[in-house]
Amino acid sequence: MSNSALLKSSLVKKYWMSATGLFLCLFLAGHLAGNLQLLISPENGARDAFNMYGKFMTTNIFVKVLSIVTYISILFHAIDGIILTIQNRRARPVRYVKETPSASSSWASRNMALLGTVMLVFIVLHMLAFWKRMHFGPIETYIAANGEELKDLYSITVLSFKDADNGLIVCMIYLVAMIAIAFHLMHGFQSAFQSVGIRHPKYTPLIKKVGYGFALLVPLLFAIIPFYIRFML
Amino acid sequence: MKLNLKIWRQKNREDKGKMVDYSIDHVSPDMSFLEMLDVLNEQLINKGDDPIAFDHDCREGICGMCSLFINGRAHGPNYGVTTCQLHMRSFKDGDTIFIEPWRAQAFPVIKDLAVDRSAFDRVIQAGGYVSANTGGAQDANCLPVPKENADKAFAAATCIGCGACVATCKNGSAMLFVSAKVSQLALLPQGKAEAQQRVLNMVAQMDAEGFGNCSNTGACEIECPKGISLENIARMNREFMKASILSEK
Repeated sequence: MSNSALLKSSLVKKYWMSATGLFLCLFLAGHLAGNLQLLISPENGARDAFNMYGKFMTTNIFVKVLSIVTYISILFHAIDGIILTIQNRRARPVRYVKETPSASSSWASRNMALLGTVMLVFIVLHMLAFWKRMHFGPIETYIAANGEELKDLYSITVLSFKDADNGLIVCMIYLVAMIAIAFHLMHGFQSAFQSVGIRHPKYTPLIKKVGYGFALLVPLLFAIIPFYIRFML
Repeated sequence: MKLNLKIWRQKNREDKGKMVDYSIDHVSPDMSFLEMLDVLNEQLINKGDDPIAFDHDCREGICGMCSLFINGRAHGPNYGVTTCQLHMRSFKDGDTIFIEPWRAQAFPVIKDLAVDRSAFDRVIQAGGYVSANTGGAQDANCLPVPKENADKAFAAATCIGCGACVATCKNGSAMLFVSAKVSQLALLPQGKAEAQQRVLNMVAQMDAEGFGNCSNTGACEIECPKGISLENIARMNREFMKASILSEK
């Protein structure tokens, strides 16, 4: 009973959503910290700094292990989410003629699957644009100021946002994706704690505040980067 | 008051059903919602039509029999009340009111607005009890219960099993009901002995009945006529995790 419960139960699916979701929050924070180097001005060595960081992120063994956990988390979070959504739809085969869901719940909490789908599409586009070129090319290399040979991911990134034809569209795609992440996190962050039973009159209000702060700050800082590159560089 | 009603009519479980328009005049604002339906039914019977089937029993807000999804809300527009305690003064003259049955895979419509909520009974039968051999009552002081736990258990036990949580939840999830029933026993020493097996069995039965999963939207807590807290769902999540890992069965 308990063995099958650990695989199939509705609650266990939520435990996995919670665990993978919170891990992906950590990933977001780490990814943001790295990307903020794109805000360094070119005169201060932004190209070398970002590309050296890129080299570290693709060669360090500890980062490699973490990245595999991240890929698995994204896949698992998406697949688990799809299974949950299908089950939830089946649980109400006949819809109401009149519904007023806004009377009792937030828009974000009701549209996690939609927001997640937007994010998944974005992740695929994002990885095709940068991750794929960094790992499999085509990508140019150059000799950095310290004599090290580096893949020039920095120039690819800057060019993709500054491109005269498509740059603005790319920036807008990033903006839409960051808005989706913001709403997804606004509900998801605090919901992840509830799903594993972490609820306490002293700590839950704090978890909610941290969640809202994280949901606003992280996507905002991410969203600033493409617009900074396009209009300020 | 004159009202336009759009009411779900369905002959039996197999019938497809549809919304039917009715109009009713001379509705007193002091009537309860169910009394308004009684008047409508009398008019239908006098005309030789089939009266509208709906569930009701005590009409005091404590039995959990009445239901109805009114204008897109379980038990209507007010908070903390069942449909029998909803009065027509909550509506305005000339209003159009949508009246639908609870909608969930696990709550099939029997006829019109009456649904089969026996899935809840089967969840209770799966473990929502304490199997203690009865004998002479022992001294109350032998079973110390902290006041906070007694209060929380009592608050959970006020669940009347009406199914508004399932009806409101976008996923047709029964987590609030099941968690209230798990909590009221898990919080008290009498319930501790069977806590592990209880939560495993009740959640398994809940899943088997075809209720949806919890998205933590919180809608159930807001629409619950008894104000059952989401705290109970968190407790069930904890109890289930503990039991899944520790249970030897």
